[in-house]
Amino acid sequence: MTVFLAALVAVAVAVLAWVLTYVAAQGLKYLGPAFFTHTPPGNPASYGGGYANGIVGSLIIVGLATLISVPFGVAAAVAIVEYGGRFTAAVSFITDVLVGVPTIVTGAFIYVIWVTHFGFSGLAGSFALALVMLPLVIRATAEMLRLVPVHLREASAALGVSRARTIVSVVLPSARAGITTGVFLAVARAMGETAPLLLTALGNQEFMQLHPTQRMSTLSLQIFTDAITGFQAAQARAWAGALTLIIIVLLFAIGARVIGRRTSVTRS
Amino acid sequence: MTVPATTSTSPVPVRSLQTRRRYGDRTFRLAMLGAAGVVVLVLLAMVVFLVAESWPALAHYGPLSFLGSDRWAPSDATAASTRPNPYGIVQFIYGTVLTSVIGLLIAVPMSVGIALFITGIAPAWLRRPLSYLVDLLASIPSVVFGFWGIFALIPALQPVVSFLIATLGKVPVIGGVFAGPFFGLSYFTAGIVLAIMVLPIVTALCREIFATTPADEREAALALGMTRWEMLRTAVLPRSRAGIMGAAILGLGRAFGETIAVTMVIGNNVLSITKSIFSTGATMASVIANEFTEAVEPFHLDSLFVVAMWLLFISLIVNIVGKLWVRRIRGDLVW
Repeated sequence: MTVFLAALVAVAVAVLAWVLTYVAAQGLKYLGPAFFTHTPPGNPASYGGGYANGIVGSLIIVGLATLISVPFGVAAAVAIVEYGGRFTAAVSFITDVLVGVPTIVTGAFIYVIWVTHFGFSGLAGSFALALVMLPLVIRATAEMLRLVPVHLREASAALGVSRARTIVSVVLPSARAGITTGVFLAVARAMGETAPLLLTALGNQEFMQLHPTQRMSTLSLQIFTDAITGFQAAQARAWAGALTLIIIVLLFAIGARVIGRRTSVTRS
Repeated sequence: MTVPATTSTSPVPVRSLQTRRRYGDRTFRLAMLGAAGVVVLVLLAMVVFLVAESWPALAHYGPLSFLGSDRWAPSDATAASTRPNPYGIVQFIYGTVLTSVIGLLIAVPMSVGIALFITGIAPAWLRRPLSYLVDLLASIPSVVFGFWGIFALIPALQPVVSFLIATLGKVPVIGGVFAGPFFGLSYFTAGIVLAIMVLPIVTALCREIFATTPADEREAALALGMTRWEMLRTAVLPRSRAGIMGAAILGLGRAFGETIAVTMVIGNNVLSITKSIFSTGATMASVIANEFTEAVEPFHLDSLFVVAMWLLFISLIVNIVGKLWVRRIRGDLVW
């Protein structure tokens, strides 16, 4: 039986290795410096070009989403942990429910409240991803704040420091590494999201778009579009894009671990 | 909590410091609670706006007529006709449930086994790396799983499915469920991809649940001369049954909402429910992703919002049930 259980673990690890090596093998056939500096060719059936616009688009959209979700997320987590009560208990529960909302529904929601008025745009994509990230940031932050020892808060209060000051200068800094870990994981998740962006940022295969009020491409959208075309040239680009995306996501996921390990308050 | 500062070593007069602090404290508290309120507002707004956006279609065809047909044929729609409703969505609900169930039937037993191995059998030095590797599976983006599914998984599934069609497909009553032909894109393929995608989540939950079983009971079992597997079977598994159920429900919620990977490997057949799991289909999420930007027929986009609304409702219910279930058995849970 032990051997059987070990075999199950081996299967899971083998699937991970299969996905990673397959994507790496396919992606490396095409990946080169030009991939990061060029936009796709006008005709998807022709070879050449790269995903420069998608990579930049991903960075802009996820960057904006992070700027939106982190302040709200950290503040909401502070409310949940530091100002407990029935309202914040309900917020905590709703946060958990929000994690389970399909991201395509989040995209549809942003479409209704934003895109129908202002059109498809990178900014709309950021709003959608911010909603995807928000509950993840709240949960990670709340978990970390709970680990900050009560005596730190008491010591601060004993020095005559106000509640708000205590939270800003004592509690949050001691949880900083843990919060950063959570944010990194949320960023990794957002980087890979495609569905909500289809309904908000829409994509833009043609050229580099730096302005977030215009429709914008992301790495994930370009992979999706090119993967389901029948053109081998487009699929070759999509594999290189998939490898790039996995590397970016893994960098954030591994970065989160590294920071998490150095944290001052540790998970029990 | 206000702490009266009675000493006056501070350079600022104590009184003004206190009032300023009280004011600052209150503002800060309100700001934090306001941010928390945003979360509530977002969920409420989602429900309200999705219902409002699908209202034209719901009013035109009748709210329940969408659940009365498994045929989605936007080209049949005209602005005037209301009956029959060309936007039947039963096949999407069927596709969502079927692919998720296939995924969970594979993922849950595997997750339980993996979590048992990691928490109970693996040597201590191996536990962290193994958990880490399984977690890593969760960070691979959906679109990559879909792409990999088309080009790597489907060719690998081909012989397995041929075997299933030749064996299970011949069994009298259930044969139709496993009937061929199999061209790669199918409910089954989507189910396998979903299994891989929910596996790390369910495993992480199970690991936590197993870690809560009291150490003295495990040790007592071992002291009675049980093997490690017997210990897991008698001391860990029985008291974790409810927890595993909760983990499965939360995994189900996750599988319901998965979009891009499923869209890429399910074949997007929107016309009817097909009996065989090896034939093409569609899910609620996949039809939205697939048709949203090309919805030009009358009430087409509104009807896609009807699908989105039902998807939201169903996943809210599943997640609330799962969360309450897990909470009931063990306080607050991380995932």
